[in-house]
Amino acid sequence: MFAYYFQLGLRSLRKNPLLTALMVMAIGFGVAASMTTYSVFRATSNNPIPQKSSQLFVPQIDNWGPEDAQRNKGEPPQAMSYTDAIALMRDHRAKRQTALYPAGLSIVPADANQLPFRENTYGVYADAFAMFDIPFRYGGGWTAAEDGSRAAVAVIGKDLNDKLFHGENSVGREINLDGRSYRITGVMDHWDPQPLFFDAVNTGGFDDATQLFVPFTRMIELKVATNGNNNCNKDPGQGWDNWLHSECVWLGFWAELATKSEADAYRSYLTGYAAEQQRAGRFRWAPNVRLRNVVEWLDFQQVVPPEAKISLLVALGFLVICLVNTIGLLLAKFMRRSSEIGVRRALGASRREIYAQFLMEAGAVGLAGGLLGLVLTGVGVYGISLIFDPQVARLATLDVPLVLLTLLVAILSTVIAAFYPTWRAAQVQPAWQLKSN
Amino acid sequence: MLQIKPILAALKRHKAGTILIAMQIALTLAIVCNALFIIQQRVERLSRPSGMNESDVLAITNRWVAVNDKDTASLNKTDVQALRQLPGVADAMATNSFPLRGGGWSTGVNLEPKDEGKPAAQTTLYFVDDHALAVYGSQLIAGRNFTSDEVIVADPKEIKSTPQVIVTKALADKLFPKGDALGKQIYLGGKDVPSSTIIGIVKQLQVPWSGTWANDFVENAMLLPAQLTGTYGIYLIRAKPGQLESIAKNAPETLLKTNRMRVISGDRAVRTYEKVREDAYKNDRGMAILMGVICLILLAITAAGIVGLTSFWVGQRRKQIGVRRALGATRRDILSYFLTENLMIGIAGVVIGAGLAVGLNLWMVTQFEMARLSVMYVLVGVVALLLLGQAAVLAPAMRASKVQPVEATRSV
Repeated sequence: MFAYYFQLGLRSLRKNPLLTALMVMAIGFGVAASMTTYSVFRATSNNPIPQKSSQLFVPQIDNWGPEDAQRNKGEPPQAMSYTDAIALMRDHRAKRQTALYPAGLSIVPADANQLPFRENTYGVYADAFAMFDIPFRYGGGWTAAEDGSRAAVAVIGKDLNDKLFHGENSVGREINLDGRSYRITGVMDHWDPQPLFFDAVNTGGFDDATQLFVPFTRMIELKVATNGNNNCNKDPGQGWDNWLHSECVWLGFWAELATKSEADAYRSYLTGYAAEQQRAGRFRWAPNVRLRNVVEWLDFQQVVPPEAKISLLVALGFLVICLVNTIGLLLAKFMRRSSEIGVRRALGASRREIYAQFLMEAGAVGLAGGLLGLVLTGVGVYGISLIFDPQVARLATLDVPLVLLTLLVAILSTVIAAFYPTWRAAQVQPAWQLKSN
Repeated sequence: MLQIKPILAALKRHKAGTILIAMQIALTLAIVCNALFIIQQRVERLSRPSGMNESDVLAITNRWVAVNDKDTASLNKTDVQALRQLPGVADAMATNSFPLRGGGWSTGVNLEPKDEGKPAAQTTLYFVDDHALAVYGSQLIAGRNFTSDEVIVADPKEIKSTPQVIVTKALADKLFPKGDALGKQIYLGGKDVPSSTIIGIVKQLQVPWSGTWANDFVENAMLLPAQLTGTYGIYLIRAKPGQLESIAKNAPETLLKTNRMRVISGDRAVRTYEKVREDAYKNDRGMAILMGVICLILLAITAAGIVGLTSFWVGQRRKQIGVRRALGATRRDILSYFLTENLMIGIAGVVIGAGLAVGLNLWMVTQFEMARLSVMYVLVGVVALLLLGQAAVLAPAMRASKVQPVEATRSV
């Protein structure tokens, strides 16, 4: 029966090529527009570290006071001062923790014919590698003891290793950064979380993969300034030491808290810390702290560009219009065949069978629309790469899940759109149709 | 034209089709209005002038490797001299940022020394030398340029102000609405920061940021005669006409020949100003194009839907049309019947659609940084959709008008 209805459907679609083409195009364009924009939305709203996103937290401490917070909906600064970050590191209340910042270092190749170059570089603590589940090809991170001794060590990325050491195991070899030598302790495997959650403040969530990690403590000792944002609410005074101990905020901070009770404990620790600062006279206001996990943090940082949200909305509206259009066209198509339905009903077909036949026909239209939509989505995804910021656009790809989703959305929405026209078709009174002919 | 009553009676028998067409028109209007509005806003933004003479400008981002911050002043100076001597270069300077670059300094300006509270105006700071105006290709509308001995060397962490500044007209007007800014004192910080005198006013210069957050002070810029030390800097070069391409190749090579312990790499290191503008407004332009494409397809699909449904109606009513023709209705009458019918459905659709358009916009205003939709867009959209409906219905209506009276007698 299934095959027979499908055949009937195809035959009927062929009978009205114009109407069929209109429907297929409406569905194809509607689905393609929504899927194309969805691919951007999906890329930007991705959870970069799903296995740990509920265990990694960003603490925020208000060291600027209510006047500045008021301008920011009561939120504490988005980054941390050196004073607070070091205090949190010293107290060591989380299972693992790290302060971090983008360090502006240049790599000087040993080969004198090659020019110096830069890669995205972060100063972090040893815990960072285990916290962020950073995969290693060779070796591993440095040790906490090396943090303490401000050791000249480094972890490099796979691409950098390919470039400098032709992909060989370079653990134990030296790399020259800004004229100083560092010992390589590990080579990362490909690691490029999207969005770049651990430094959404400076990158907006999208940047090239990080290729170099060096000890935070070493960077501070060498007075390497941040390559990212530095915000001050008042003049820090002259020189590095004044700046370091000022209320300027420029550091990221992450804590790993495995359970909810640990997170709650950490939150009250933060409040306690702020209260202590208030008692000591550093803060002249009540504690104002936050603790957000990865998903909450990315949401708060508004990593999904408003462009992606607006166009997703518009595209969904577009899909709805295409479906309304399809309902109308299917209605026209089905009602045109009232006499045929009348004959079938008179010959003993039940309403159920009419339903099955016409929904099947709609399904065939949906499938055709889906296939067209797939091609158009491919065109659309390619078009996105031409018109949007390449850092975001390269994440929008037509992969297997998107292909399946496109077809599913096309068929499902067409069948849903077909319910009303089918119902009308099933209501056709056989006697009435037979009489009028 | 007085066919409204019979049309209404006929439409009552085709409720579903009528409602579907009206709904489609309404939704299309809502989306098209908002999309057009988004396009207009984006286009308005990306056609803002930078205030520079944008042709023949090249920007090079330079980072020194393994040098002390203190030593960079002389290195930068050597670079700038080398660039100025390069054949094909009209002028060059070292600076911290430039219009549309994407990153830079912003600070508050006051008419008296003030550390806290809301400043009188927000501005961006461009640290330049006496060649700046020549490099920008912009003119002073009042006052004078910096002299070369006013240009100081300063550490970016320590510099707070310079004795002389040049401001844009927009900033001057914001601080001194009476238009007497020239020669006045302004303050870039608290009591410990010395005041600055406005020695010149330049017509226009944009801030480095293209985002909406900088909309409030998009033309508030201040030039300070200081060369900043530090490993990071920008060279802005004006090429002689027609020489930009060769300079884009020669300038980085010359710099590397002068000193190779530097990094000029990455796709943003060497950019013509055309590229700078393209990068700055990439997403705005993308959004405008995307919305434009969506609008066009949407209108096409709506038109196709109207054609489809009306054709069906015409087919269904051939017999009735034949009867009317036999009873004396002219072809014109039949044609105008279908046009009027479509107009009535269209009007119902656009009334609902106008409401939806405004509602959608109001909601977007709360969700995103968007302005309120102007009535003009709704009106234009309404007229466009009604015309579209009439155009779409024309072909099926013509076919209906060609129905012969004899059809009334067939198949009865």
